[in-house]
This record gives sequence, C-alpha cells and structure tokens, in this order.
Amino acid sequence: MRSSLRLRAGLLSLAIFAAFLLLWQVAVGGIAKTEAMDPEYAALMGQSATTGKSAMPGPLDVGATIWKHLKDPFYDRGPNDKGIGIQLGYSIGRVALGYLLAVAVAIPIGFMIGMSPLMSQALDPYIQILKPVSPLAWMPLALYTIKDSSLSAIFVIFICSIWPMLINTVFGVASTRREWLNVARTLEVGPVRRAFTVILPAAAPTILTGMRISIGIAWLVIVAAEMLVGGTGIGYFVWNEWNNLSITNVITSILVIGLVGMVLDQMLARAQRLVTFPE
Amino acid sequence: MSKLLPFVRRSGSTAPDQNAGTKRMSSSEKFISIEGIARRYPAPGGKQTTIFENLWLPMRRGEFVCMIGHSGCGKTTVLNILAGLEAPSEGVVIVDGKAIEGTSLDRAVIFQGHALLPWRTVLGNVAYAVSSRWRKAPKAEVEERAKKAIATVGLAGSEHKRPSELSGGMKQRVGIARALSIDPKILLMDEPFSALDALTRGTLQDEVRRICVETGQTVFMITHDVDEAIYLADRIVLMTNGPEAKVAEIVENPLPKDRDRTQLHHAPGYYAIRNHLIDFLVTRSKTMRDAMPASYDPRHPSVVRPSLSEADAAAIGSEPPAKRA
Ligand SMILES: Nc1ncnc2c1ncn2[C@@H]1O[C@H](COP(=O)(O)OP(=O)(O)OP(=O)(O)O)[C@@H](O)[C@H]1O
Ligand SMILES: [Mg+2]
Repeated sequence: MRSSLRLRAGLLSLAIFAAFLLLWQVAVGGIAKTEAMDPEYAALMGQSATTGKSAMPGPLDVGATIWKHLKDPFYDRGPNDKGIGIQLGYSIGRVALGYLLAVAVAIPIGFMIGMSPLMSQALDPYIQILKPVSPLAWMPLALYTIKDSSLSAIFVIFICSIWPMLINTVFGVASTRREWLNVARTLEVGPVRRAFTVILPAAAPTILTGMRISIGIAWLVIVAAEMLVGGTGIGYFVWNEWNNLSITNVITSILVIGLVGMVLDQMLARAQRLVTFPE
Repeated sequence: MSKLLPFVRRSGSTAPDQNAGTKRMSSSEKFISIEGIARRYPAPGGKQTTIFENLWLPMRRGEFVCMIGHSGCGKTTVLNILAGLEAPSEGVVIVDGKAIEGTSLDRAVIFQGHALLPWRTVLGNVAYAVSSRWRKAPKAEVEERAKKAIATVGLAGSEHKRPSELSGGMKQRVGIARALSIDPKILLMDEPFSALDALTRGTLQDEVRRICVETGQTVFMITHDVDEAIYLADRIVLMTNGPEAKVAEIVENPLPKDRDRTQLHHAPGYYAIRNHLIDFLVTRSKTMRDAMPASYDPRHPSVVRPSLSEADAAAIGSEPPAKRA
C-alpha cells in the first residue's frame, strides 16, 4: 500500500514536470514568433536577442546550459568568468564558516542562559531586539568595521544563524525535565557531567531543530549578501549573469541553489533523527 | 477483647509499654530521624501556605515504613526532603547521626514516573547510576554490576532495549534496578507501583519485598494502596488531609515478617489493620485534621498496634485458609 502510494506520487511528480516543460516550451516559442525587436535595443542586448527568438529561454536552452556547466563546473577564466562549481564552493565555504562560528557561540551561550533564570531574563531584551533585524542590515556596519567584503559576508551569515540556534538551545536546556535532573542530583552527578550526560541529550533534538532553521536562513541570506558584496559566490554569479542578460544561467543558478539548500537541510534532518529519542 | 475497640491503643506520651514493638524509639535505635520539619510555600497576598509543620518521624535501620494519606497532603514533599531534593523550611532530617544537606548516593530514590533517561538503553540507565557511585571503576566492572542489578529485577536479556520499548512494569523495574545498583543504605519510593496493573504490581511487590528483606534495606515508601502497605510495611504512617497535614498516628503492622501476598487476607490481624486503615482514609483523615485530640503530641503521635479482632476471628473460624487455597 505504502509503496504503491510512493510509486503513484513519483509518477505524478514526473507528469507534472513533463507538463511544466511542455507549457514552458510552448509559451516561449509562441511569443518568439510575434515579437519584433527594436534593432538598436537588440544590438544592445547582444546575441541572445539577435537570435530572433524570445529573450526568455526555453527548457531546451536551459538544459543545454546545465549540461555545459555540468561538463566543466570548475573552470576559472578571470574574475568575471568562473565555473558554477567554483562559485558554489565560495558560497558553501562562507556559509560553513559563518554557520560553524555561530554554532560555537550560540550553543555554549545558550546553555549558560538556559541553565540560569537570571541570565535568561537579563539577556532576553537583547535577543528580542536583535533577532528580528534583517541580517543584511548589519552589512554596512560589517563592511565599515571589518573592511573586507568576503569576511563581511561571513559575519552576516554568522549573525543570521545565531538567533534560531541560541533561542532553541535556551529553550531546550531550560525545559529539560525536572525528573531527569533529579535523577542526576540523587546520583550526585557534578555540574559538568550533568550538562553532558543529561541536559545535552535532553536538549539535543530542540538544538538540532534550531540548527536546521539556521542553515536554511543562512543559505537564503548568502545569495543576497553576495549580490551586495560581489566578487565571488553563487549570489554574485546570479547578479553577474543578470547583467550579462544570460537568463539561462540565472535559471540554472536558481536550480542549483535550490538543490544545495535541500542537501544542507537533509543533512541536518538526518543529524536530528540521530539525536531524537522516542519516549 | 472489646468489640468497639479492637486495637490496643496507646498514646506514645503516656501508657507504660510492655510491648517492645510499640515502645518509644530510643535515640540509639533511630537510623533516620525527621525532626520537626515544615514546608511552606508563598501564597498570594504575601501570606504563606503551610503544607505541614512540626513533623517528627523516627525510623529504625532495616525498617520498612509506608506513608499513606490523601492526595496533596505533602507525602512527596516529605520524600523529597528525605532525598535531599528539597530543603525543609524548618527542622532537620538526621540520617545516621548527621543532618542531611542535599542529595546523597546513600539514599536512592525510585521515582513515581520511573524517570528513566530515554536516550539510554536499560543497561545504560543502570550503568549511569553505577558509574556515578564508583567513579573510577573500569567499564567492565560497571557493566557487570549493572547487569547484576538488572538480573535481580528479572530483566536479564532486555539490557539493550530502550525505555520506549519496555512496558510500564518493565520501566518501573529498571528504576528499581537503578536504585538498587548503587548499594544504597536507604530506599525512597514514591508510589512506585501506582501506574501498574494489579498483576504486575503484585509481582513487583514480591520482588521489592524479597530484595529488601535480603539486603536489609531501610525503606520509606509512599502509597495509596492499603493492601500494599499491609503487605510491605513494618510501620504505616497515617497523614491527615492537607493543608497543615499532620502525622495522625503510626500503625504497627501485627502481621509476621514472613508474609505471603496471596494468603495475606487470611492472616490473623489482616482485617483489623485493613479496616483501621480504610476507616482512617475515609473519615478520620478529615475529622482529625479539623479537631486533633487534646492529647495529641506531634513529637510522639499515638502508636497503634491492631490485634486480632472479632472480624478476623470470625473470618478465620468459618473459612480456614486451607479450604480456600
Ligand atoms: N511549587 C509549589 N508551590 C506551591 N505549592 C506547592 C508546590 N509544590 C507542591 N505544592 C503543594 O504542596 C502540597 C503537597 O504536595 P505533594 O506533592 O507533596 O502532595 P502528595 O501528598 O505527594 O500528593 P499526591 O498523593 O497527589 O502525590 C500540595 O497541596 C501542593 O499544592
Ligand atoms: Mg505525590
């Protein structure tokens, strides 16, 4: 029963995909015939406009571009022409750095706050005020103080990943069941051992949820941040291709960004399953 | 024997005693001594609610004491204070000559909701306690001790299951194994079997009784079940209803130490003690709270030792245990 549902869902997915491709092809092809272009404008647009078809590429064009990128993802021909693999590598590297830094800060601090009602109340207003600030609003401040665009992007990732992890760690730690803590107390377990053997495992599912939310936000923010700071990265690549009016590359990037985001999310989902305990 | 007064009732502060069992405990006999503890919580309007105050209770080494009282009278609070999980607002608890400060590995707690760590296996849960007791013990020794404790409660073979894969009775057994694995001097149990079905409860009662008799444990146990108290306890502490609960009296169990759960209701004295306890729960727990007898001395609540009543005599005469069994 379950496998047949899966099979049917898979088939339906494929059908939807096929229908989408067909519609896309028809729509693009349909416009192209009727559209007459101002020759001067066409000249400005370069070859993509002079082919006589719509500037909006069809699925076949995008397919060809994807194939081209897949064949050679890591070429490097100067600052404005790097393979999509290299650009993704830059972005993933920045996200990884900023994110891991945030993990290293948020989880220990979250532990401290969660274990102390005093700290929790004292720091609450700061968290409440800083949490809703768009991470990009930090960008000018980061650029001004750090004076390095790449480091600033990492800082922005750091600042946007920290809040969900911090808040979830505080919550997870503070809601450790009293009876589990009492078990540790009756066994005269010291504070450090208690933190690692009772509180951490008890809070781990909540912490991992926070980490999963954070990685999602970080991956959303890196594209925007790289559009702002420029230079390298998939966000810069998208903006650059827009300036080149290479819509096929933009669409390819969208797909690739989605795929990487999904992989990152799935990695954390798997980690989350590892630490979740049934009750 | 009088029909109206089936018990030999003695107020602890009067009556010269012949019976050694009901004699006031001498200070050298006291292994645990609860001395005038109180617990108060702040109430709205800057006032305070007193859950109980001036509560005294001595316990001998190797004694099994049950506490019975209605919900909310403060039984768990007393147990938590004994465990060191809570501090009394007033008074002290003295164990083995020393006032307790905080928790101790000498006093193991069996929690009402079993309180197993769900991310650890059965073995892991028990080993956690063992390794807390013997911090420097090698892993093999820790596991060996844990396995021994698990076998004692009849769970050998389930060592690698997680708590979520166990039945309620099995979880409670793991809780017992965890408490026993650290060789405690005192066992504190908070309604350990109340969530179990009658059959499982019976087997676990047998096991706990066997283990406690074998190891000479001193036990303090809270229960709502009168039969459980009669089967397990040497003395039963009756609490009046809260707030401001008091130890109304202490009932000494007249049944011989050597008891058989299935034949309990045929034992002489069974009906006397059972009726006495139920009468207390049904009526006197409330009437006594409202009007304590003038002779009431919180330091020495009256000690009651039910003896063979008419009801018992009649029951035994007409239906000998042999016929029923
Ligand atoms: N944190 C608290 N603040 C205020 N009152 C409390 C608090 N904890 C317990 N109490 C009160 O103390 C009283 C005794 O509670 P306790 O848990 O000891 O009762 P109990 O005799 O164990 O009841 P039960 O048989 O239902 O387990 C209750 O009336 C409860 O309302
Ligand atoms: Mg209770």
